Amino acid sequence: MSADEPLLSVRDLRISFDGAEAVRGLSFDVHAGEVLALAGESGAGKSLTARALLGLVPRDAVVRGTVRLRGGTELVGAKPRTLAALWGRRVALVPQDALSALSPVHPVGDQIAAAVRSLRGVSRREARARAAAALDRVGVPAARCGAYPHELSGGMRQRAVVALATAGDPDLVVADEPTTALDPDLRDQVLRLLAERQEETGAALVLVTHDLAAVRDHADRVLVLYAGRHAESGPAAPVLDHPRAPYTAGLLASLPPAAPVPGRGRRLPAIGGVPPAPGEPAVGCAFAPRCPLAEDRCRADVPGPRRVGAAAERREVSCHRSADLPGALGELFREAV
Amino acid sequence: MNALLEVRDLVVRYGAALAVDHVSFEVRAGETLALVGPSGCGKSSTAAAALLLRRPDGGEVRFEGRELTRLPERDLRALRPAMQPVFQDPYGSLSPRQRIRDAVAEPLRVQGRWDAATGPARVAELLARVGLDAAHGLRRPHELSGGQCQRAGIARALASEPRLLVLDEPVSALDPSVRAGVLNLLAELQETLGLGYLFICHDMALVRHFADRTAEMRDGRLVRVS
Repeated sequence: MSADEPLLSVRDLRISFDGAEAVRGLSFDVHAGEVLALAGESGAGKSLTARALLGLVPRDAVVRGTVRLRGGTELVGAKPRTLAALWGRRVALVPQDALSALSPVHPVGDQIAAAVRSLRGVSRREARARAAAALDRVGVPAARCGAYPHELSGGMRQRAVVALATAGDPDLVVADEPTTALDPDLRDQVLRLLAERQEETGAALVLVTHDLAAVRDHADRVLVLYAGRHAESGPAAPVLDHPRAPYTAGLLASLPPAAPVPGRGRRLPAIGGVPPAPGEPAVGCAFAPRCPLAEDRCRADVPGPRRVGAAAERREVSCHRSADLPGALGELFREAV
Repeated sequence: MNALLEVRDLVVRYGAALAVDHVSFEVRAGETLALVGPSGCGKSSTAAAALLLRRPDGGEVRFEGRELTRLPERDLRALRPAMQPVFQDPYGSLSPRQRIRDAVAEPLRVQGRWDAATGPARVAELLARVGLDAAHGLRRPHELSGGQCQRAGIARALASEPRLLVLDEPVSALDPSVRAGVLNLLAELQETLGLGYLFICHDMALVRHFADRTAEMRDGRLVRVS
């Protein structure tokens, strides 16, 4: 096994419901020690993809392709027993909603101790001590170990869930970020905490988000999804500073500027139209109906990921027109109402 | 310039808890005042009390100079069309069983302004105003995207010919790629209709971009107005 071998390899992942494909052939790697953001809007397939990394797709989903952990364990089609042995130890989930991830009828310290006991088989006393240490690491004081979830603030609860998910030192943590409005201070705190834990343990973190602004602050790499397909991927800063896919460019252009732009009022460049519904059959590029650069081949053939830039950057874009895109892609989008 | 909405020493209590603690601000016609602060700081309680959706426990609310907190419900009802809320959840703010065109027509009917001859054209005009067409009007909320649904909610608010809109996180539940379009629509409506906006939001980049002034709340108190 070489040092470069990815922690996790996803190849041609397809997830469908009743024949309607929600994830339409994704391939990517997650390397140890990196924070990878899966960015996309609702229906892009990001949460489903993230769940597939844990073998946690809904029962009625049909999954094809491969999701392979370093060492050869295949997660697609794995038996429940195989998956159960991986959860907490090799892969772990930090869910969106901390309150529903914790039992309301047990103190948080006990819940983490129970997880530690089942993961490590240590004594109760040892488990309690480790739980207290795990909570302490995420900034929950030892005095709060006996608190029930409802007695903790939202921030403390999120911290407790991070402690719970990382109690077994997993190689890969998947954090499903809230899609509804969460207090941004709290969100940043939790993401910083996750990144810190990840740096300490050398684990990989996959961050699911719809917020490109958060990607810049918290991720090393980003994979932008649109309608269940790869739109663009690569190191976070270059992708966000110089997007090569019109979708990424339009999204970034439509964010409120950090400082007022002289001569421009309150109107923002906007992407016209709406994203396709999940599973809506798409001929050609799924973004073509909303893309100012679309031409006939975009409407006929699905663009596959193509490498751009140096090989070491591992940067790819799925766009027929990526070779002849103008420099200032964001300017393509007009300030439509 | 006279204030459209003027709130003085507003107090809202839930039992013993003081959710809004002597908050004062004003919103002028054609202006956006952003109300910002962390979750639970009292933004939405302030908005609900300012709209008299909940009677405040203290202080005054003036709308176009008229004090509202002691007005009987009957008189308030006559004023309510002029001050309309737009909510965060685009699906939750429309009846799931009602077609969009009926949801937009409802304020006209309730307010006794429905005219069988001109009503449908008025509804079509309101839908066009927010970027929807007749086909959208025939659908129900779950058949629209979040952005289209929020546009329908805005059309319904406009049906009452309001002077003030209270926008409670109007784009935070929307997909990023459709947010800018809805914000542009709100900007356009404000410019052409001279609406005053009380804009509740906790995305500071968006507030800086969109609002004229900002009122910051913490623990029920106003800590800064700029």
